[in-house]
Amino acid sequence: MEMLINIAAFMFVAATPLTLAAIGETVVERAGVLNLGVEGMMIMGAIVGFMVAVNSGSPVLGLVMAAAGGMGLSLIFAFVTQVALANQVASGLALTLFGLGLSALLGQGYQGVKPPAFPQGDIPLLADIPVLGPILFQQDPVVYLAIALTVAVFVFLRFSRAGLVLRAVGENHDAAHALGYKVVRIRIAAIAFGGACAGLGGAYISLIRVPQWTEGMTAGIGWIALALVVFGAWRPLLVGLGACIFGGIEAVQLNLQAAGVAIPVSLLAMSPYLITILVLVIMSAVRTGAPASLGRPFHASS
Amino acid sequence: MIRLEKRRMPSQVWTWAAPVVAVLATMVAGGAVFAALGKDPLVAIRTIFWDPLFSEFAFYYRPQLMIKGAPLVLIAIGLSLGFRAGIWNIGAEGQYIMGALAGAGVALAAYPLEAAWLFPAMVIAGALGGWAWAMIPGLLKVTLGTNEILVSLMLVYVAEKILAAMALGLMKNPDGFGFPGSRNLQQYPSATSWIDQAAGLHWGVAAAFIAVIAAYVLLSRHVLGFQIRLAGQAPRAARFAGVNTARLVLFCLGTSGALAGMAGLFEVAGPSGVVSIDFNAGYGFTAIIVAFLGRLHPLGILLAGGLMALTYVGGDMAQANLQLPKAAIQLFQGMMLFFLLAVDVFTNFRLRINLRGAA
Repeated sequence: MEMLINIAAFMFVAATPLTLAAIGETVVERAGVLNLGVEGMMIMGAIVGFMVAVNSGSPVLGLVMAAAGGMGLSLIFAFVTQVALANQVASGLALTLFGLGLSALLGQGYQGVKPPAFPQGDIPLLADIPVLGPILFQQDPVVYLAIALTVAVFVFLRFSRAGLVLRAVGENHDAAHALGYKVVRIRIAAIAFGGACAGLGGAYISLIRVPQWTEGMTAGIGWIALALVVFGAWRPLLVGLGACIFGGIEAVQLNLQAAGVAIPVSLLAMSPYLITILVLVIMSAVRTGAPASLGRPFHASS
Repeated sequence: MIRLEKRRMPSQVWTWAAPVVAVLATMVAGGAVFAALGKDPLVAIRTIFWDPLFSEFAFYYRPQLMIKGAPLVLIAIGLSLGFRAGIWNIGAEGQYIMGALAGAGVALAAYPLEAAWLFPAMVIAGALGGWAWAMIPGLLKVTLGTNEILVSLMLVYVAEKILAAMALGLMKNPDGFGFPGSRNLQQYPSATSWIDQAAGLHWGVAAAFIAVIAAYVLLSRHVLGFQIRLAGQAPRAARFAGVNTARLVLFCLGTSGALAGMAGLFEVAGPSGVVSIDFNAGYGFTAIIVAFLGRLHPLGILLAGGLMALTYVGGDMAQANLQLPKAAIQLFQGMMLFFLLAVDVFTNFRLRINLRGAA
């Protein structure tokens, strides 16, 4: 029972960076942009947040600056793809390679440093409920933030006028342009939002989940987040649900490793990646609709 | 008012000037980074780009260029075929690892047998290992339409876990006093890929040159090469022309996987020697930059591979002489791709500056 509660509680911890990054990417892709640089923006957020938190002593400031760092990196991508009209797949890859290099450079001398502890966000009264309390109400504030963000993005895309415009840009940028919407500006804003979310997710890993800095510590979580957007069929609530499922798998996997079950450790360690592939296979068989303009460059003259 | 105007035809001049401009821009931006790290930017740039070729110790570094360049060129040639056709294999690193494991597995199983057929068998096994690993995203894409980008990338992480399990388990050297890592294939005469270690010559270097020539002939003289170019530039036209897309996907992914697998085998049987947990040096990812920097053209890739090898070797020198951190070189390589993609806008668009304001 104790173990089950632990797994369920850790599920949210493992799901939070995935949720943050995947929700950001959902908005980006709904605007018709495919940013494959999530991994690079996450690792940038991880190191920037870590550096700021260590030097200022404030983990909250670290998270804020991590979002800024992820956003800053995403703006390079925005410039290259939206202004210079470069191929989005190649630019996203460049962003990841660049982010991994830059973070490794910035992170020199931060290996083995301990960041300031993040305040726990126990919700009074509710946290004392047996079973449900430790699972749902004894998490850190970022977990709640990730949940709130998921709902907010859902409401934004579904019910707000701005969300409708954003979706229009993603479905048919020529029509949106003809209606007078600023396609490029809207896309740049979406990319920046995605970058901030990814940066936040990365900082969550280095400041709260691990908490430590090691080179390349995001270990493919950014790529899994990209797969989650496909898994969630570009719908925020489904994407969030997918992140929870993945978090659950991660929690079970780590508990099995710790418990020394007779499954080889390497097989357990590769399970998140194998399951991602499995999910992609299932979703490709189902065939859900991607935004129609996804990955297509827009130039007002054509 | 500055705006971009689409060219009717891509500019021939910019097609070849873009990489040069990108490299120069990277040198400037990289110099700024080095200056921020407290190093003299001119000395750093000279150490990276000039000294490995022309300094008094260059005789020691020149062979290194071939060692670093060969896997990059070999992998990038394979990747360029797919990239041209809009097929994105970004998991070359995984195919590289699996090829190395398959090829080294043959050698380690045969140890201590000495036979002339052993090395060719290893090369075939290496190619097959990489090919099979690339066939997973390939088959999934043609049968179910699964996104090959994400699947091939996920398989890199899976391959890394398999490598760790092998280096610490099945392939561990039984005479290695419990240390991780396999037997050293450099010291196994029938299995080593070295031709002349002092000159930096191994079979991978030869294979890289053969691959460049083969890719050139394929793209310019063979109908399959024409179909690859057509599928990338005009997918609809390709379908009307009767191009078998599924076959093209399998061919491009399979070829790039086999070449990456071979590159891995040559590396593990030569320069690296040992199947260890981190023998892979990220060539599979750097090769993506090489492919783009070389404009997806075989000869361009050869040049770009040489240049990228230079940044590795020069980076090592700068690390030793100037204490420049290794990550700075990684950043430098990433920057190069960004600059290239940004400068590339001038290939397809021209800049119009209208001082009287918008018409």
